[in-house]
Amino acid sequence: MRVRSILASAFAACAAAGLAMLAASAIAAPDTPDPVTDAKAFRKFFTDKFPKVKFEDFVNGPYSMDEGLHKQWEEKEQFPPYDFALESGKEMFATPFKNGKTYADCFPDKGIGIRQNYPYFDEKEGKVVTLELALNRCREANGEQPYSYVKDEMASLTAYMAYTSRGKPMDIKIPNDPRALEAYENGKRYFYTRRGQLNFSCATCHVQSPGERIRAEVLAPALGIMNAMPIYRSEWSGMGTISRRLVTCNSQTRAVPLEPQSDEYRDVEYFLSYVANGLPISGPGARP
Amino acid sequence: MKTTSRRMIRTMALAAMLFASGVLPALAASEADYKTALAAAETAQKEAASLRNRWTTTESALAAAKKAAGAGDFDAATASAKEAEALAKASVFQATSEKERWKNMEIR
Amino acid sequence: MASTIRVRATNNGDTTEVQALIQHPMDSGFIKDAQGQIIPAHFIQQLTFEHNGKTVFLADWGPAVSKDPYVKFSFKGASKGDDLKISWIDNKGGSDTTTAKIG
Repeated sequence: MRVRSILASAFAACAAAGLAMLAASAIAAPDTPDPVTDAKAFRKFFTDKFPKVKFEDFVNGPYSMDEGLHKQWEEKEQFPPYDFALESGKEMFATPFKNGKTYADCFPDKGIGIRQNYPYFDEKEGKVVTLELALNRCREANGEQPYSYVKDEMASLTAYMAYTSRGKPMDIKIPNDPRALEAYENGKRYFYTRRGQLNFSCATCHVQSPGERIRAEVLAPALGIMNAMPIYRSEWSGMGTISRRLVTCNSQTRAVPLEPQSDEYRDVEYFLSYVANGLPISGPGARP
Repeated sequence: MKTTSRRMIRTMALAAMLFASGVLPALAASEADYKTALAAAETAQKEAASLRNRWTTTESALAAAKKAAGAGDFDAATASAKEAEALAKASVFQATSEKERWKNMEIR
Repeated sequence: MASTIRVRATNNGDTTEVQALIQHPMDSGFIKDAQGQIIPAHFIQQLTFEHNGKTVFLADWGPAVSKDPYVKFSFKGASKGDDLKISWIDNKGGSDTTTAKIG
């Protein structure tokens, strides 16, 4: 009996020590999100991996990864395929709503040259607000029907707004608000979480494999991946919004997509835009 | 001899019953089998939905099951429903395990 | 109505380089819409570039050419300030034409 109790207490002690060790290693992971450190590490990861790529060039996605593609892209920029969407977007932006107001009335600086500030954390609402969301809210506030987040109208509008910000550095702010930090962390977690039957996370392609191919496509690095949006994709024979890209990326991994502008999508856009702070807005973009 | 043979017969009958109950469903699924399988699959998919982690292939398998059942092919319908359940459960497992495992991919 | 043809022609002594972007759906007639109905074929059949009344580039297109086609080519014999006339006609009888100055 005595031997058994000694053994039992010894076993319990070992188990307790083991649990304590596990607990300690769990605590080692940071408790409070630290976006500043994250962003630094994020940038360093890509600049280390691609030392020959000029920092500003990361926003050109696959073109920064492949010299042959880069030449094609340079030529394309002389006569970009997004030209028609851009012109359409400019016209849409200037056209008043039925009540006489315009988009300029909804945005700071009349909506010109502000794209680099989106998404932002709305402290009143307690959520991330993206440019697409803000545009539709503007429409609804003025008695107009919202546009689909994945179709041409929203793509044309955001193309124009991105164009007015071309060259400006991405400038996303995370206010000193625990909800904003949580949204940022949610976005980061979404980015790294595997999903779909193919079990890919965003990172699987855009952190582990930039510059490599998935079927015939060259993968873009995650650094600056939002800066060229919206993009004219030859694959789509047309312009596509950020929402469209997130939805199709999901279905491509065989995950049922969420609703456009779901919290997860808004948060991942927030995260990806924040870690690209300082990189120039290059939108609207063209991609294969 | 008589006791032994009666025991033997009982054992053999029991074995035969066990064997039959294991084999027969695989030979022909009934509508009831399909409905059971579908209910299990839909429950699992509901859980995946609550975790916001459904797979498109699970949806296709569920649709295939319903289509086959509609055509009266309960073998195919049951098989698809069972596949859907397996896929749904896998997607639930993925969502649950990724709650911690996402950190493995994180750039630090 | 806004022109569907955007063109830039640049002369470099002997050679003139022409780039054009044409807005056109270029539907092949093989794609179905969301309701499962075939989108009827609607594509440019002939594209012509003329300089001084002479055709310098002629394309006979079909359903294999994608939406909003982009064309680039060079030709000799033009000078800065010359006119370049571009016109297209599609399978539904639609057409457009524009004239650009060679720069």
